[in-house]
Amino acid sequence: MNAMFRGKGWSFGFRSTIMLYFFLLIVLPIAGIYTQSFSLGWLTFWESVSDPLALKSVLLTVKLAVIATLINMLLGTMIGWVLIRYRFPGRRLLNSLVDLPFALPTAVGGLMILLLLGPNSLVGGLADKLGFQIVFHEPAIIVAMLFVTFPFVIRAIQPLLEEMDKSEEEAAYTLGASRTKTFFSVILPTILPGISSGAMLAFSRALAEFGAVVLVAGNIPGKTLIASVYIFGEIESSNPQGAAAVSVLLLTLSFLILWTVNLIQSRRTGL
Amino acid sequence: MMRRLWITLTYIVFGILLITPLIKIFTGTWADGWSGFVAGITRQESLHALMMTAIIVVVVTALNTVFGIMLALYLVRAEWIGRRVKRLLNSLVDLPFAVSPVIGGLMIVLILGPSTVLGTLFEDAGIKIVYALPGMILATLFVTFPLMVREVMPVLQEIGAQQEEAASTLGAYSWYTFWKVTWPSIRWGVIYGVVLTVARSLGEFGAVLVVSGNIMNKTQTATTLVYQDVENFNVVAANGVALVLAVFSVALLLLMEWAKKRKEVH
Amino acid sequence: MHIEVRNLSKSFGDFHAVKDVSFEIEKGHLIGLLGPSGGGKTSILRMLAGLETPSSGDIIFHGQRVNDLPPQERGIGFVFQNYALFKHMTVYDNIAFGLNVKKQSKEKIRERVMYLVELTGLKGFEHRYAHQLSGGQRQRVAFARALAPEPQLLLLDEPFAAIDAKIRTELRTWLKEMIERVGITSIFVTHDQEEAIEVADEIMIISKGKLEQKGSPWDIYKNPETPFVASFIGESTIVDDVTVLKGFEDAADRIGTKALIRPEYIEIGRPGEIKLASATMEAKVKHLHFRGSEWMVELMVGETKLITYRSLEKEVLHPGEMVRVLLHRAYLFNDNESWIEENKLKVDPMSTYI
Repeated sequence: MNAMFRGKGWSFGFRSTIMLYFFLLIVLPIAGIYTQSFSLGWLTFWESVSDPLALKSVLLTVKLAVIATLINMLLGTMIGWVLIRYRFPGRRLLNSLVDLPFALPTAVGGLMILLLLGPNSLVGGLADKLGFQIVFHEPAIIVAMLFVTFPFVIRAIQPLLEEMDKSEEEAAYTLGASRTKTFFSVILPTILPGISSGAMLAFSRALAEFGAVVLVAGNIPGKTLIASVYIFGEIESSNPQGAAAVSVLLLTLSFLILWTVNLIQSRRTGL
Repeated sequence: MMRRLWITLTYIVFGILLITPLIKIFTGTWADGWSGFVAGITRQESLHALMMTAIIVVVVTALNTVFGIMLALYLVRAEWIGRRVKRLLNSLVDLPFAVSPVIGGLMIVLILGPSTVLGTLFEDAGIKIVYALPGMILATLFVTFPLMVREVMPVLQEIGAQQEEAASTLGAYSWYTFWKVTWPSIRWGVIYGVVLTVARSLGEFGAVLVVSGNIMNKTQTATTLVYQDVENFNVVAANGVALVLAVFSVALLLLMEWAKKRKEVH
Repeated sequence: MHIEVRNLSKSFGDFHAVKDVSFEIEKGHLIGLLGPSGGGKTSILRMLAGLETPSSGDIIFHGQRVNDLPPQERGIGFVFQNYALFKHMTVYDNIAFGLNVKKQSKEKIRERVMYLVELTGLKGFEHRYAHQLSGGQRQRVAFARALAPEPQLLLLDEPFAAIDAKIRTELRTWLKEMIERVGITSIFVTHDQEEAIEVADEIMIISKGKLEQKGSPWDIYKNPETPFVASFIGESTIVDDVTVLKGFEDAADRIGTKALIRPEYIEIGRPGEIKLASATMEAKVKHLHFRGSEWMVELMVGETKLITYRSLEKEVLHPGEMVRVLLHRAYLFNDNESWIEENKLKVDPMSTYI
């Protein structure tokens, strides 16, 4: 592509502005946080990271994100399947609704869960009587994570299901396989890459989620305090270095996941 | 038979996870009746917060659309960037997706906060960044950055460079070629990207919360106001503001689906 | 326009797509760049257009070095292999594009576009879009579009590659006529030798980035300068051991010499059919393939296989039959040299004694 407007001056100007924007907005801040977290030295970094509350928050986040992702894989596969394969009234509406968590502010999502499952609500009161609590406890966090990551697996497997050649299934039937067997040996392998990449994106998102969780979790240190809320707490307590240290931990984990997803996808498309 | 089961289950999941909560927002607002809703909305802090959100949405969408399209063009078509560098930049584009919004806000505070070199420089010049609108815009720019780039890049790759090459042999320079040849092909992808960016900047919470300090009537957005109201047990007011946001979101969702359909036609 | 190319080279990293190519093209000529896929022909074409920059070498239009000129300023028209029509514009707007860029008046544009529409037989289709046209029609739009701004040089990249075989021959003839009528210097790239021979005034054979030979189709066919050219045009057999070929045995004196024999120069006859019987070799018919307009005959001379064609009018041969074979001419080559030789035995030995 040639220069924007004739003349080398213009093109140089454009290119530098765009690249500068990119660099300043994305690269610099991330580099900044890595350097800042070590700014008071390795020791302080280590102390911040090994603070038992910090560690607990990270572990809790990972644990709950894993659970939410697993549930998402099951539900997402089923829903993706139903929305592509079956025709029924309301299908198109539901298909559009899948994207709702992408459109809705996370804080609103959190409020919704609070209203629906909180102690003053129908469901919440019922659960209370049955002996387990939702809001301000771990289950609420999982529900919040489920909500914000809902579309990922579904949207990842739908194109795979659409592209899939029906003749593979038909071949299996003619060879005597039952519907269940066909599902597990023919269909599942085809959509597996979608399930796994969707799951990874969902996991990465769940790890990072803040808005929906902070409203419903109660944020009790060591119990329902997830990593992002812990970091927020450290910032509010004027301990940016501590916050930065734990952020670095969380960031590195997320980057690894992102890198893995990129790797898998590029291998598949042969880029 | 199994079919019925799966369909019913699907409806149940949607009902519990998405539909009922959405309805609850609508009904919960009227707990104190119509007047309660109006009062919650027309509070000074609500109006201010909604205005802040609006400003951020407009500025962020405008900037990220222009820069996003340009960067997508460079990453797909530019000959002055080496292949290896392109691949590196490509993976960097996705970074904001992997960063928790709170961390995003933290990064800006660490680099441009009042106690930093850059921060004091700007403040001496009269521009406050952190705990003021510029910082909030920056935070939202960061978080929404990949959306437009990621929408435009695949379209550019799919349509290929040949039409643009043909235009160059016919005497057209870059600007003319972009408007007459490239733009008609990427138009719907861009529109979809705009809708996504608007939705995301509308809903941004964690990063803005950190950067703004959530100072009522000064640096509050609609989402951080909801947070404040909930923390203060002012649920009805929170509900009211949330309702406004929810209405916009549903409208955006419809726009999203419509633009998605138009995008795939060509 | 007169075109000169000097020592043109292009490499992508370690891969040398074009190696030191030089040639000159007279104004008004229609040149075909012929060669196998991946040989560098398209790279040369794109460098002439300015769509790619040479790694080294000069491109000169009308005495002026144009290496640094972008495609917009070279005065060329380019027809792409996949047409590259502007999908969002009608046929009219596509053709008018180059004129709109120059901001010519609406009337002038209309005049020129309608002229081209008539010329390319697209009248009535001006308001259609690309997806509403057939492949042949799209190609014609691409052609009209390239010609609209009155370029001095027309470049065509495998213009018929994406077209059905049936329409291809029609379109080929049409293109040659058009180009002659307009009188524009043209260069086209193809890997189809039949196409090149039929359409071009002159052919340049390009293989592995090098210019193997430049000349009229007939020159190249009759006097191939390199083994590659010889084998590329026409279907030939390569024989490693020349001593089996009667009449060419002494070519083996030069070490490592192989023979390349065109089917046209292999004559088959039933015993007694061929006059110069002493110059013939014995051969066994191995296979016969019906090719629609003739038979393709596979022969074995000892261990060596030869391929030739036999007219349908002659008596049909059968596999296993023993026949006599006369080689009229062979193209001989080794690492150092290559030459064409007539069968030495074809001269009647008795004539000198009479």
